[in-house]
Amino acid sequence: MPETKTKPKKTVTWVEEPEMGFWESTFVPAIMKGLKTTLKHVTDRKTVTQQYPEVKPDLPLHYRGVHRLNRDEKDRVKCVACMMCATACPANCISIEAQAAPPDWPDRDKFPKSFVLDELRCIYCGMCEEACPVDAIELTHIYDLTGETRESLMYDREKLLGVYDQTKDNPRDPVRTKRGILGPAAEFSSLPTLGPATVVPDSDRSAKNATAGVIHSSQESRS
Amino acid sequence: MATVLVNGKEVEIGASERLNCIQAAAKVGVEIPAYCWHPELSVVASCRMCLVEVGDKKPDGTVAMQPKLVPGCQTPAKDGTVIISDSQKVKDARKATLEYLLLNHPLDCPTCDQAGECYLQDYSFNYGRGYSRLNEPKNIKPDKTYIGDQITLFTDRCIMCTRCVRFTREISGSAELQVVSRGSHEEIDIFPGYPVNNPLAGNVVDLCPVGALCSKDFLYQQRVWWLKSASSVCPGCSTGCSITVDQNEERIYRLHPRPNEKAQGHFMCDAGRFGWKYTHSDQRLVSPETRTNGHVTSTDFDTVLNSARAALTKAAQGGKGKVAAVLSPWMTVEEAYLLSSFLKRIAADVTLAIGPVRIEGQDEHFPKDIKGNIVGPVKFTIRAEKCPNRAGVEAVLSHFADEVMPFEELLRLSSASQFRAVYLVGGDPEGWMTEIHAEAFSKVETVIVQDILPSPVLKHATHVLPSGTFVEREGVFVNHKGLAQLIHRSVRGPDGTRPDGRLLWDLAERQGLIQTEALRKEIAILIPALAAIASPELKGQGVLLNEAVPVTV
Repeated sequence: MPETKTKPKKTVTWVEEPEMGFWESTFVPAIMKGLKTTLKHVTDRKTVTQQYPEVKPDLPLHYRGVHRLNRDEKDRVKCVACMMCATACPANCISIEAQAAPPDWPDRDKFPKSFVLDELRCIYCGMCEEACPVDAIELTHIYDLTGETRESLMYDREKLLGVYDQTKDNPRDPVRTKRGILGPAAEFSSLPTLGPATVVPDSDRSAKNATAGVIHSSQESRS
Repeated sequence: MATVLVNGKEVEIGASERLNCIQAAAKVGVEIPAYCWHPELSVVASCRMCLVEVGDKKPDGTVAMQPKLVPGCQTPAKDGTVIISDSQKVKDARKATLEYLLLNHPLDCPTCDQAGECYLQDYSFNYGRGYSRLNEPKNIKPDKTYIGDQITLFTDRCIMCTRCVRFTREISGSAELQVVSRGSHEEIDIFPGYPVNNPLAGNVVDLCPVGALCSKDFLYQQRVWWLKSASSVCPGCSTGCSITVDQNEERIYRLHPRPNEKAQGHFMCDAGRFGWKYTHSDQRLVSPETRTNGHVTSTDFDTVLNSARAALTKAAQGGKGKVAAVLSPWMTVEEAYLLSSFLKRIAADVTLAIGPVRIEGQDEHFPKDIKGNIVGPVKFTIRAEKCPNRAGVEAVLSHFADEVMPFEELLRLSSASQFRAVYLVGGDPEGWMTEIHAEAFSKVETVIVQDILPSPVLKHATHVLPSGTFVEREGVFVNHKGLAQLIHRSVRGPDGTRPDGRLLWDLAERQGLIQTEALRKEIAILIPALAAIASPELKGQGVLLNEAVPVTV
């Protein structure tokens, strides 16, 4: 290798130690400061240790735990098997098989014949909840998940509906919206008004509508 | 030579080309959206999506524009035609058209099977308004679950492009579909008692630009964005329709036609469309076997192949003309070449025959009315010859043997105990061997069977080699008029099977892995009749064998 002529760059800056004053060199103030901290802890009676598992922790409301599949007002599974959650899932832990809905379910075309969620593979990011167009899948506050086998943590449709039955009355796990019908985007009117998704020219009178970007449900708007 | 101006860009149109504005614009990569227009169907200009500004460039250089927007599909592109598709006027018209189309269209994209390949979604995203001004209830019509055995109609999703109606009138000729009622009550329907069950019915599902017509076979099976596609050729008959095979996680979900003017056009028949089910049959042969006196002695692929090779060599050394082979018309050109060249090497006097070519009835031409009369010029043909590659295998065989021996002749020779070893290649899912045929091989010492499904000859087999179906293989099929097209592997076969090409490559003791492209070059040099298959054109629409191109290696 040819020898380089350039000088090595100066990378280290030497900083001189500051001079100690009289009191500082006796170390008394530093000792007093330390003792003060010690005394504060000796006299403090407030506990910080959580007595888990006897006492359960108070989790924030947006905590993301085990999933549940919500039921609609007729106790059927709310899910319409659109597989948006499976598409959004970054961990690929949801597998759904769709089936045509029975003819006496006029409000939907299909429903999940099987819905299997691998709770071990899940990373609890909540993307499935975000993606769901009918708010059928939600994450609950259940976090202490145990199982004896890997198979027992493959939650199927019935088990996920069971989580709903178990958590629906818990104030910490409210059923977040009442949205649940696909079609003419029926209950968007109960949500706050959204702005138009595209740039609208000033001449477009519709953009000045109080409910621009909202399609009203069939009967409400007429009454 | 005509020159058309599309958004200021010049497009040259050949003297023999008769294009409309949409096609002329597509030549320079300008998309003019359209629903009702389809290159194979008549023009109705009813969807109004392709409205563009059109004018005329006079010889003195002045341009006279027409005052109103005109449908691009209906306006021929002539010399001096000026097309403008990016002006504010056109953009506003598109927005308005889409708003009308979406008035009654339900917002059920999440549960609609077409989502992801829906023109209404794509055009709304590219050209639409993005929000709705409708304050009225949507007009929701009840679904019609029975339009045909394979087709269901979601009436509310229909945008009335009438592509399906025109298809049944113009291509299939059976005219089952029609528009009933008027205005916003318009619906697609059938005559009572006459469902869409013609042999081309499945095409209306592909033609439907939205999710109104759905295939019952594919309904709710998969979301389309999960499917991975490979281009291939339908092996159902010798028409050799260009197709796309859609699979996910090693399972086929559907086949659909790939437009190819050289092969079949834009469509395919239902027999081919739904004819892939045997690929996932639980009857598939999945265990390679060597059998001695009826007992299985080995189930290891390499051992079976070695033993088969040894048996063939032994038979070849045992006397003249003791080895025979039946090459199936379901083999690709490469596979036929691999097997014949291998057998020729170990036994120069090998008897090569082509397997039974299944003929069912007569060629079926369309358009055909419900009484079976052909109406108008033929636009689609389902051929009676139900195998994909008779022409290709025959071309290989006639290089290696003086004449192509028919299957019956080989059966006769075999019954007369002429052979000591026979190599039989199957591949026809409908069964190619009857009990009587199989009896001809009962006295043959070594019977090597390479097949996908069980057949009567298996009981006489000494070696069983489970092979692959057309979606598991790679190679060239040559159709009835000598068009060579590529098929691509889209799924892996079940455990215990090997694609025919790999199997024969190993049997012939060639080095490394099978390289079909290198093999095609080898074939093109050796067999002048197949010289065209090494041409780079093969990768697109395929290449006609009689358009011979000189090979460069």
